[in-house]
Amino acid sequence: MEKIINLTLKVWRQNGSKAKGRFETYKVNNVSTDSSFLEMMDMLNEQLVSEDKVPVAFDHDCREGICGTCSLYINGRPHGPDDDVTTCQLHMRKFTDGQTITIEPWRSTAFPVIYDLMVDRRAFDKIISAGGYVSVNTGGVPDANAIPIAKADADESMDSASCIGCGACVAACKNGSAMLFVSAKVSQLAMLPQGRIEASRRAKAMVAKMDELGFGNCTNTGACEVECPKNISLSNIARLNREFLYAKFQD
Amino acid sequence: MSKINARTPEGPLAQKWTNYKDHQKLVNPSNKRKLDVIIIGTGLAGASAAASLGEMGFNVKNFCIQDSPRRAHSIAAQGGINAAKNYPNDGDSVFRLFYDTIKGGDYRSREANVHRLAEVSNSIIDQCVAQGVPFAREYGGLLDNRSFGGAQVSRTFYAKGQTGQQLLLGAYQALMRQVNLGTVTMYTRTELVEIVLVDGKARGIISRDLVTGELQRHFGHAVVLATGGYGNTFFLSTNAMGSNGSALIKAYQKGAMFANPCMAQIHPTCIPVHGESQSKLTLMSESLRNDGRIWVPKKKEDAEAIRSGKLKATQIAEENRDYYLERRYPAFGNLVPRDVASRAAKERCDAGFGVGATGLAVYLDFKSSIDRLGQKTIEDRYGNLFQMYEKIVDENPYETPMMIYPAMHYTMGGIWVDYELQTTIPGLFAAGEANFSDHGANRLGASALMQGLADGYFVLPYTLQNYLADEIHTKRMTTNEPEFVDAEKAVKERFAQLMGIKGKRSVDSLHKELGLVMWDFVGMGRNKKGLEDAIKKIAAIKKEFWTNVRIPGDQSGMNVELEKASRLADFIEIGDLMARDALNREESCGGHFREEYQTPEGEALRQDDKFAYVSCWEYKGEQQEPELHKEELIYETVKMVQRNYK
Ligand SMILES: Cc1cc2nc3c(=O)[nH]c(=O)nc-3n(C[C@H](O)[C@H](O)[C@H](O)COP(=O)(O)OP(=O)(O)OC[C@H]3O[C@@H](n4cnc5c(N)ncnc54)[C@H](O)[C@@H]3O)c2cc1C
Ligand code: SF4
Ligand code: FES
Repeated sequence: MEKIINLTLKVWRQNGSKAKGRFETYKVNNVSTDSSFLEMMDMLNEQLVSEDKVPVAFDHDCREGICGTCSLYINGRPHGPDDDVTTCQLHMRKFTDGQTITIEPWRSTAFPVIYDLMVDRRAFDKIISAGGYVSVNTGGVPDANAIPIAKADADESMDSASCIGCGACVAACKNGSAMLFVSAKVSQLAMLPQGRIEASRRAKAMVAKMDELGFGNCTNTGACEVECPKNISLSNIARLNREFLYAKFQD
Repeated sequence: MSKINARTPEGPLAQKWTNYKDHQKLVNPSNKRKLDVIIIGTGLAGASAAASLGEMGFNVKNFCIQDSPRRAHSIAAQGGINAAKNYPNDGDSVFRLFYDTIKGGDYRSREANVHRLAEVSNSIIDQCVAQGVPFAREYGGLLDNRSFGGAQVSRTFYAKGQTGQQLLLGAYQALMRQVNLGTVTMYTRTELVEIVLVDGKARGIISRDLVTGELQRHFGHAVVLATGGYGNTFFLSTNAMGSNGSALIKAYQKGAMFANPCMAQIHPTCIPVHGESQSKLTLMSESLRNDGRIWVPKKKEDAEAIRSGKLKATQIAEENRDYYLERRYPAFGNLVPRDVASRAAKERCDAGFGVGATGLAVYLDFKSSIDRLGQKTIEDRYGNLFQMYEKIVDENPYETPMMIYPAMHYTMGGIWVDYELQTTIPGLFAAGEANFSDHGANRLGASALMQGLADGYFVLPYTLQNYLADEIHTKRMTTNEPEFVDAEKAVKERFAQLMGIKGKRSVDSLHKELGLVMWDFVGMGRNKKGLEDAIKKIAAIKKEFWTNVRIPGDQSGMNVELEKASRLADFIEIGDLMARDALNREESCGGHFREEYQTPEGEALRQDDKFAYVSCWEYKGEQQEPELHKEELIYETVKMVQRNYK
């Protein structure tokens, strides 16, 4: 049932990448528990505009859990207190009347803060750029049904491909490792015959780029899997390690 | 002949594209490197074009407003992508896909373009599979298909309920490979704010870095707009929050024609509005209509009891349910095209049979499919959609029927383009949802993804090359030319003007006001008086905006309110164009339903003798009425008949 709640927000404000950040406290009243978390943030911003203050900047776009843009660290958890959801899918029914909510950006060396709650995640694009693809050009490819693929493999590949590139795994990891993200792409492609051919080369190139960009090492804490909104499994990391070792072995 | 010339190639319909490709001009490899192509947008259309042109050796600059090209709105497409593969052996063919698309579009699209789309559809699937897109498969290892509205064959390829995501990631990865190889330069968090013409040709853009606020000038031998649709004119829509029509308005104000602006699609299956703070609407994929049955109570008193919370959907006996689509359209049932399904839902709700607290909802029920196929099968097909629904509405759709209602979803209208996807400005091209080209008055499900990728992978690489072949002698310009300097100055002044208003109203409050006018008067049911009122109301909102909007902060550096304000200013222009176009088009066709023009059964009534044309609107200056030009639609192959889904 819909309820109306009042909240206190402690929000990270930072006027640009070089500025020093700080927490600001705001009150937001009359929030419907049927609203989404970001709609509550809209209410806060509407209030700030009415006071002629600069609204809080945060990343968001699709608001349905698929684009991977939204990225808030809410009460100490990437994407907040609900399981298997992104920030934009989080609803206010997960909060209680009178609660104080702390809202921060992702915090990780490889994702510098740009402004308020926005961070720079271009490092992920650079990792994909280093090898996260099948090297085919447009045109001149075989018929789509020329290579049958076992349903189980296609389904498993699809599960790995569900990663939305949000970066919650990195934000959750005390080492700031991007292993879950990288392994999801490596696994998706390694499981399909089309991607199999370059599998080792791809694993090596992507891991090298990840290291170069300042992501930390994976020490198997598993925090990434817990916070991943798309249930990307740790088994992907095991597969990446296998591909990586195989690549080393070949050198 | 007027300014409108579609430049459709000669020859029989099925040979036009082959003929074109056989005779188009080519650019040799060493010259390709010297030619710069600017592509705005990294959705399916933009990313596939940028990757393909990069692979060919052109020097590509690619722009998007998100922090990564992978986040373009295309990522959200759920249901699937069409192709004429005929893998299920159910009688599909290129001609049938072409025919269904023309008919689905209610005979308001251009035959030659649609036939080309159907022709290249099969190559898209091949390409995506080669890239590693994990489409759904059958146990034998071959690709699986599902059905979508408006077709009697199964031709839709899908990747769970995340088809757009997987197709976009395929294109994005191809794009990032080119970035790595140095053929494409990527500009993220960068917005096009002006198009620069030199001697009447598109030669570049002015962009704004959304992080630093800095304006930049970029030269290109050609410019491609792949910036998506303008559905967010309605404020509430299924589009992503950042989807906008600004690039289209910039093009329009520079002389490109805006085609069929009133042709917009209201999608029948979206999660209903919950209240005032609602920021966007969530689509429940049309593929759900394969296994879900749509109904409302047969008795008004049951509907009332449901609305007041006294009765639950599951308590209504089978014989007291009205499966109104199956009743009205026995041949297509729940799979009628979107415009038909949306209007039917509105009709039932307006008549007092709607459910949910507001009465603006109908049921989409999976009970009989779960009984027939088992919960596991339904979960495999739609698991992520069901989860999404439950997170939003807090009800379990495996147990209680979903509630759905129509919402603004897609815009068939857009920048006018000829057969080569070139606008009326030489060197300016438009692709994907941004152009008007293939869907006429209504788009069939799973055809937007097909069109975006067709344009980017398989059309622009030929047609853009044909244009660029004549540009090999044009030297790269420095951006100190007066045209660039003046354009940047004009942009600066416009932003300064916006910042200088210092009024009282927030951008969102004005946008919501515009959205309500659009929904009430330019939405599912339109009429002369309402449209005339809408034009006046939109003018009033425009005045209020330009005198009373409030944008805190300043122009330099990040300013999200300024970004939104600048886009809203353009949405207001689009809203006006949509209303004008709807007023002009005195007929009902596809998604454009003029209440004055309907059959006795309430179906859309076209006026082929008067309106078998594309309306092309030409900008005449601020305070001037736009001028209407017409592209007559000549059907050589298909005979125009009244659509019949009974
Ligand atoms: C929820 C949902 C589900 C859908 N499901 C399906 C489906 O199952 N099947 C189907 O066929 N279709 C579906 N559609 C429709 C389809 O997704 C879109 O029509 C299609 O993806 C549009 O692709 P595009 O490349 O034209 O534009 P978009 O994907 O919208 O990309 C636009 C790009 O332009 C950029 N951009 C915009 N303005 C500017 C600017 N001023 N400066 C710089 N960059 C700019 C953006 O950053 C973005 O990169 C769905 C749509 C929605 C909303
Ligand atoms: S692995 Fe999960 S948490 Fe990490 S980027 Fe992908 S979806 Fe986000
Ligand atoms: S805004 Fe797209 S995933 Fe949250």
